[in-house]
Amino acid sequence: MLHLINKSPFESMSLEDCLKYANKGASILLYEDGIYAAMPGTAVSERMAGVTADYKVYALKEDMMLRGVDKVMDGVTEIDYAGFVGLVEESKTASW
Amino acid sequence: MAKLMVVFRTSPYGTIYSFEGLENVLIMGAYDQDVSVLFIDDGVLAIKKGMDNSSTGIKDFSPTFRALEAYDIEKIFIDRTSMESRGLKLEDLVIEPEIIEADAVEKMMEEQKNFFMF
Repeated sequence: MLHLINKSPFESMSLEDCLKYANKGASILLYEDGIYAAMPGTAVSERMAGVTADYKVYALKEDMMLRGVDKVMDGVTEIDYAGFVGLVEESKTASW
Repeated sequence: MAKLMVVFRTSPYGTIYSFEGLENVLIMGAYDQDVSVLFIDDGVLAIKKGMDNSSTGIKDFSPTFRALEAYDIEKIFIDRTSMESRGLKLEDLVIEPEIIEADAVEKMMEEQKNFFMF
């Protein structure tokens, strides 16, 4: 399963809600404001370190660039629009 | 001259609020009001350096914040906790607001004739 998160982790519970139901090993794609969860050195970084240990976590590069986020924390994989499409093609998706 | 404050509390691209807030600041500045600006919560993300819209084509309005001074808007503040919890330091921002603590925010709002949340 591919879980899609597009809300800021500082303002929304959508990532936490997703994590309540997603089984370990599932994929989580952070896009739009969701990419803020992958910024290094934030109040949610410690939580995210645990998440990346249990899930495959991706962040959409184009949305990072627009928001001035030039790097992601360890354990998160940057993907571009083409990679996004590839993931969607091979998985069932859930938007939170 | 009315004391007015515009508070930015949302992220820059997830919704239109942040952009609308900036438009409001510029309009009030043009009418020569006593305008101050405060960044709290995800609003601090609106003034992060390094935004690059080359692959999305979405309007990057962060450089416009640098024009506030030209409108004589010099009272610009940022909440320390909001900034630090998002991994940001002053040098990561396109402007240099004055850092304030959360317990100063309410008093600052009370001093205004009006304040506007975006």
